[in-house]
Amino acid sequence: MKRIITLTVMNRPGVLNRITNLFSKRNYNIESISVGYSEQEGMSRITCVVHVENIGVLEQITKQLNKQIDVIKVMDITEQSIVARELALIKVVSNSSTRNEIYSLIQPFRASVIDVSKDSLVIQLTGESDKIEAFIELIKPYGIKELARTGTTAFLRGTQKPSQAIKPYSIV
Amino acid sequence: MLQETAFTKMKAENEPISGAELMLEALKKEQVEVIFGYPGGAVLPIYDKLYDSKILHILPRHEQGGIHAAEGYSRVTGKPGVVIATSGPGATNIITGLADAMMDSLPLIVFTGQVATGVIGTDAFQEADILGITTPITKYNYQVRSIEDIPRIVKEAFYVATSGRPGPVLIDIPKDIAAGTAKVPEEQEIVLPGYQPTVQPNYLQIRKLTEAVSRAKKPVILAGAGILFAEAYEELKQYAEQQNLPVVHTLLGLGGFPAEHPLFVGLAGMHGCYTANMALYEADLLINIGARFDDRLTGNLQHFAPNATVAHIDIDPAEIGKNVQTHIPVVADAKEALKQLIAQEGKPPVHQEWMDTLNAWKAEYPFFYKEDGRLKPQKVMEMLYEKTKGEAVVVTDVGQHQMWAAQYYKFSKANRWVTSGGLGTMGFGLPASIGAQLASPDSIVLSISGDGGFQMCTQELAVIREQNLPIKIIILNNSSLGMVRQWQEIFYESRFSHSKFSSQPDFVKLADAYGIKGYVIEDEAQAESIFNEVLTNNEPVLLDIRIDPDENVYPMIAPGKGHHEMVGVKP
Repeated sequence: MKRIITLTVMNRPGVLNRITNLFSKRNYNIESISVGYSEQEGMSRITCVVHVENIGVLEQITKQLNKQIDVIKVMDITEQSIVARELALIKVVSNSSTRNEIYSLIQPFRASVIDVSKDSLVIQLTGESDKIEAFIELIKPYGIKELARTGTTAFLRGTQKPSQAIKPYSIV
Repeated sequence: MLQETAFTKMKAENEPISGAELMLEALKKEQVEVIFGYPGGAVLPIYDKLYDSKILHILPRHEQGGIHAAEGYSRVTGKPGVVIATSGPGATNIITGLADAMMDSLPLIVFTGQVATGVIGTDAFQEADILGITTPITKYNYQVRSIEDIPRIVKEAFYVATSGRPGPVLIDIPKDIAAGTAKVPEEQEIVLPGYQPTVQPNYLQIRKLTEAVSRAKKPVILAGAGILFAEAYEELKQYAEQQNLPVVHTLLGLGGFPAEHPLFVGLAGMHGCYTANMALYEADLLINIGARFDDRLTGNLQHFAPNATVAHIDIDPAEIGKNVQTHIPVVADAKEALKQLIAQEGKPPVHQEWMDTLNAWKAEYPFFYKEDGRLKPQKVMEMLYEKTKGEAVVVTDVGQHQMWAAQYYKFSKANRWVTSGGLGTMGFGLPASIGAQLASPDSIVLSISGDGGFQMCTQELAVIREQNLPIKIIILNNSSLGMVRQWQEIFYESRFSHSKFSSQPDFVKLADAYGIKGYVIEDEAQAESIFNEVLTNNEPVLLDIRIDPDENVYPMIAPGKGHHEMVGVKP
């Protein structure tokens, strides 16, 4: 199953290496990881999307992450009310005969064209991973020349259902 | 006091001071008595300052020997062992020791030199990315980026290494940082918001465990090295006696509970005793205190403690539920948890039948060996135990001799058993005994190795002579890599692929070359007279003991098998 884990970490040298190292050391599967500064100075936020076989593995991942000295907080937010977004840039083969057709596909996905050349278009798309995947499937037949995705970044919505009040991970 | 005065003076006058001096000053503040270090280009500024320092410096003959010695020191004292290695090859030579210390939770403070800040990343001479290399095998690591940070980093490193679940911490110091000067920084508090080990147990879990104990029919305590790190031996004894609970030890926990105590069941695990393993198998309540359910202890997890409610007391929450499903998790320091358990004064379980069963097993299935005129390693261990009255510090390497030592040497006190458990590092024993003897100068230190492992760090004989350490080096010589040979015999149809030495050095002559007296022992009578002569004197000695080369370690849980499937439990 797919889970979204967010980490608040001290912005120290090597911290990203520690996290990715942990995933490979413990043989965990990671689908995407995105990192950037957070609202607090000296802290970064990391969003990981992981695939786990069962809840036991997930528990181990969160505990092992929590054990890292640079990690302040670990949350599995998959079952919370969240906003999750990913950005994709897609360079598609296009000429005068297909251009209009591609434009018509872009519209419903609220994607935008940010560069045009004689034989290609660059499309920018944001949204949840499913939406991006759906769009990629749709555009594939035209010929994708290049594709870059940022990986999911996510956090909790301002309003949570009361029963879902989230706690940082703890065994006791 | 020369250096201290100079430092105080400089501090008072706010004179700049070098990174190396700041480092040594910080070590002094942590009351470091001994450093195991090897000089080299990148640490020359540090060594220049060490020249005037009062801290004892031990020069191993290989960095690996240095870090294993620091591990031995740490295991016996409970204090962190301090290591210095130079950049590049010096640093990569300590990798095995770091991984070993990480597995066995030994606190170490390891300084590595690094090329100067300006050339990091250029593949400079003797450069290695030691932070990258050691991230998975250290509890934490640092590279010093500014001279002023040194006192804070060293202080933090000692705190991290010794608190919570202990472990090795590495500090990488570029040469220009050690050589450069800065004004003495103001003392800083440790701020580690992401590191707050839970020491006090959750009260509800303690209640739950107390109730489970009073209801249990077949309870057993599994005590690991966490007992030793928490210095909880007294509490363990008190709790076991109060509740009348039998105690089983892991390999690394030995000594945490007195071996001659009537409640002591024995060593559990792959080569543990029948009673201990069957106690785990049959238990209806298993109380794990400070052990991590290692596979060499549990055997096949599907057959591990199938009927037990599992309680697990551990300071590292990540260990709870990692290998074995846990019903009563207690994240806490073992000492604090035991204190609270004692304070509950819970109703002891009614389990006479269980205790009778355990005692009957103990009588029926003791460790055994066949006497056939050849010198048996088990006999040697029994003799060593008797001759040292069970009071020696026993340091082992890894393999058959390690298991025989664990089976036959009965530890009545804690911190007298030094062995490489988790990583199983051959070559560990001889250097670790150096650290152990320095840590406990008045004890008899038995350094027990096989002839294979002994040859992995032989060069450290030089240190034993140089420091006049009266270590009793015991080589159980079967001219083979005994444990490998045993597995090949049992699981690979006796195809002894590269496990028998066709040529061996003359160990007595080798010892002689280092100025250490050596003896060959070929039978019991010789062992008797030579042990009497050399075990208690104040000189190092090497004993090349020619044991029966066909002897195997039993009983045994074969890989993939459960505790109830032990073999070799009876003659």
